[in-house]
Amino acid sequence: MALSAEQGGRLADLLSRHADRLSNRWIEIVAASLRGRLSRAELARQVQELHRALVDAGRQGLGELADEHGGELRAVLAELSTTRARQGFSATETAISVFAIKDALLELMEEEQGETTLRDFVAFSALVDQMGLFTFETFVRARESLIADQAEQLLELSTPVVKLWEGVVAVPLVGTLDSARAQVVMERLLQTLVDTGSPYAIIDITGVPAVDTQVAQHILKTVVAARLMGADCIISGIRPQIAQTIVALGIEFGDIATKASLADALRHVLRQTGVETTSRRARREA
Amino acid sequence: MTTGLDLGTPATQAIRSDEDVVRVRQLVRTTAVAVRLSLVDQTKLVTAASELARNTLIYGGGGSAEVTTVADGRRRGVRIVFADQGPGIPDLDLALTDGYTTGGGLGLGLSGARRLVDDFDIKTAVGEGTAITITKWSR
Amino acid sequence: MERVPILKIGDILLVSIQVDMSDQTAIQLQEDLAERIVATGCHGVIIDITALDIVDSFVGRMLSTIASISKVLDAETVVVGMRPAVAITLVELGLSLNGIRTALNVERGMELIAATRADDGDVAFDDEDADPTATP
Repeated sequence: MALSAEQGGRLADLLSRHADRLSNRWIEIVAASLRGRLSRAELARQVQELHRALVDAGRQGLGELADEHGGELRAVLAELSTTRARQGFSATETAISVFAIKDALLELMEEEQGETTLRDFVAFSALVDQMGLFTFETFVRARESLIADQAEQLLELSTPVVKLWEGVVAVPLVGTLDSARAQVVMERLLQTLVDTGSPYAIIDITGVPAVDTQVAQHILKTVVAARLMGADCIISGIRPQIAQTIVALGIEFGDIATKASLADALRHVLRQTGVETTSRRARREA
Repeated sequence: MTTGLDLGTPATQAIRSDEDVVRVRQLVRTTAVAVRLSLVDQTKLVTAASELARNTLIYGGGGSAEVTTVADGRRRGVRIVFADQGPGIPDLDLALTDGYTTGGGLGLGLSGARRLVDDFDIKTAVGEGTAITITKWSR
Repeated sequence: MERVPILKIGDILLVSIQVDMSDQTAIQLQEDLAERIVATGCHGVIIDITALDIVDSFVGRMLSTIASISKVLDAETVVVGMRPAVAITLVELGLSLNGIRTALNVERGMELIAATRADDGDVAFDDEDADPTATP
């Protein structure tokens, strides 16, 4: 139910006439629900900002929150719920900050009973409901982006590339590898090869519980890409179940070196660099 | 196949010569950087554009590339339309097969370019020409 | 049209591609390089593509052709400095650069050429300390 132009005007009028009383009551209700986790000054600032936006919107003849006149009000609400989401408040606590105005308004309007009062209150109440829903939606969106950010940070943390030996780097992969993470790991591994000038890389998958076709493909592509760049990859720590999956899925590891453990892989690399020298010496001496 | 909203005016580069292929690459690179594609995605898109621009020049007898920034919800992307009024492609399935070529290349142009982008759409009519639309989205 | 410069360093020709090559420039490089190999009698060619932000099928084919031509002219070709993003793209494109040897950087490329020449029993190289794996 939309507010009529007169109702909007009356709301703005009511809000500004009793500005102090209303915001104090509003702050009181909200403060009780937040139990001191937000300073009163900060709360007062937020409530006053909302109050001002609501008065302005009412004066401009706001009918629904989604109206063109609701832009400023929506921005204030969005900012409120985004900050709350980042500060770790729950969705209910955030919504109460908006719904609290209903109680405050009801108290005021009970005192000024007139023939339009009931109708007005129902209309105001509908607007507040819209505001509450909008707050809830932005709150959820803010939380989602927060989670996405954290997932990205986790991705950064969970993919270390370490130098094992002169010219040998290793990526110990731990945990479930999804396609996105596999891609990040592989890009980082290749970049490390360039940065450190290492011609050998060991991909250790001891800590990976399962491998699906996509992830196996990512690993294979990385090995081929590394070869194009002039480096060799060895895959170590393949568990029996994973070996079975690889064969069952029909994934060809071709001539890629695989070793049981990281130690075996390192030994293999060292021997390769070493053996080349000795065999060449032998050949030349012969 | 092709979804999303156009943002801004498309930039068009004629493909008449070898140097134009280089210009298409540079235009695509600039646009890809502007919509913040990752480095790998930029490289994939520019490579695909290079293949298709060369095809437009060699097989289509020249044409144009139209580069647009697009958006779909939270994602942003780059869309490129390669158009020519050349002879068209008689057997599309064959042309999209790895290793098939009529021009003495490696036969990876069309099929390879398709693997490098997210959306790939091709319209061709024998004697009328070919239009290929590719899109790469930010992750 | 721009031309890619070819530098001679000892027994090696170094080609560092610094420009966004047009197809004509690539073909020109192929011809220039074959002539220089014969003219200088060099046994190694290093193509540095550190500055290339893409390698498409045309450039890929040029690299393969250069490697084959050099082979016929008794010179070893090593492509160095391929960027990770370029390598990932090439794999996706399906280009395997068969017959091309690669190294991470110019230094490793020189080592690779020296090692190969030493393997072939090239006496001239035994005196050089460019090969870390050779024994004095």
